Amino acid sequence: MFNYTFHWRPAFQALPAMLEGALITIQIAVLSMLIGTVIAIALAVASGSQYRLARFGASVWVETARNTPALFQIYMAYFGLGSIGIFLDSYIALLAGITFNNAGYLAETFRGGLRAIPPIQTRAGRSLGLGAFSTFRLIVLPQLFRIVFYPMTNQIVWAILMTSLGVIVGLNIDLTGVTQELNVRTFRTFEYFAIAAVIYYLITKLVTGSARLAAWKLFKY
Amino acid sequence: MIEVENVQKKFGLLEVLKGVSLTVEKGEVVSIIGGSGSGKSTLLMCINGLESIQGGRVLVDGIDVHAKDTNLNKLRQRIGIVFQQWNAFPHLTVLENTMLAPRKVLGKPKEEAKAVAIAQLEHVGLVDKLDVYPSKLSGGQQQRMAIARALAMSPKYMLFDEVTSALDPQLVSEVLDTMRLLADEGMTMICVTHEMGFARDVSDRVAFFHEGVVEEIGPPSQIFGKRSKSPETKKFLANVR
Repeated sequence: MFNYTFHWRPAFQALPAMLEGALITIQIAVLSMLIGTVIAIALAVASGSQYRLARFGASVWVETARNTPALFQIYMAYFGLGSIGIFLDSYIALLAGITFNNAGYLAETFRGGLRAIPPIQTRAGRSLGLGAFSTFRLIVLPQLFRIVFYPMTNQIVWAILMTSLGVIVGLNIDLTGVTQELNVRTFRTFEYFAIAAVIYYLITKLVTGSARLAAWKLFKY
Repeated sequence: MIEVENVQKKFGLLEVLKGVSLTVEKGEVVSIIGGSGSGKSTLLMCINGLESIQGGRVLVDGIDVHAKDTNLNKLRQRIGIVFQQWNAFPHLTVLENTMLAPRKVLGKPKEEAKAVAIAQLEHVGLVDKLDVYPSKLSGGQQQRMAIARALAMSPKYMLFDEVTSALDPQLVSEVLDTMRLLADEGMTMICVTHEMGFARDVSDRVAFFHEGVVEEIGPPSQIFGKRSKSPETKKFLANVR
């Protein structure tokens, strides 16, 4: 009934290659969060804008990002754009797909966060002679980041795990990509993917742990 | 000099200011009293351009606050304002709160801004709280910090919007004392207040607001004394005392 012998040794020998893949995974996740955060701030501001076109654009982005599968979004970045003549390589397509997704989710988080900051804070800033942008940057943003810090941690964990979808657009250098290559060569599916799963787990633990540490350092008030 | 000429302000259909005129001379302390919703606070917001107006005009040192080409960020440097609501910046220490505008608006070097801030915090009696975050301050201390923060910009005018209304009774006097001190130093002030004692003792003139107009304005002895001409003023004062 159970006709499978575990072969862990070759699997462990592949560990350095997998860890290298893990670095790419982290790289994509971090980049997608950084770019996604910047876009999300813009989307959150746009969704509260007095201009209908800005609100509409933001809502199309957010609705699509949140209500369609991440898989579809990455497919669109790779094959969809490819079919209209924009060819992204797998790495960029995956990064674009996850960034799109992150930005959509984070925009909603930020929109809620912005509403939690009393309008008097902006008024107080403006009354001191600060311009609208300076007030946003110096007074609103720092408070916003504290409010959305833990939801953002959630999102980066999600981003790390989403990178595994890169394999569907042919990415073979991230953790899942490397693991899949090893798998098709050896058919040691269980061993390789078990190790990959443990590495994913450790990465996300590392990230949430560092976030907690950063919060403790950053938010003294 | 602050000149308010026939100012009208509407929030949607609600007409809050129905043609308010008021002139405040240099060095003068004018208190504005009146019931809730009479437009007192709204007028202050219109004076520094935080609220738009629908009619009339406001001149500060001859500059039309609501003209299209007026640089409000620059104009607001001469008008300090302290609000009723909690408005300390929670992510900055007392010193950082007070240094922020001199640094970022006036572009002062760090050390200079720090010296200005410390001088003003000393002024309001908070020099022992420099590195404390606002959440650790009492309401009265927060309001005094807000006063120091506004003063750090060396404003020519100070506007006070019911700054003691949200405070516990025992904290009111420390804030009023700070305001008295400023008045004694010759600061030009407009104080929206429910503290009748303060209005009577400190003001050069008192304006009574009623339903969006200045019902009566005059020296405290007139408004609070028997010479008050307006029955509305008498009714209001009879109720608050």
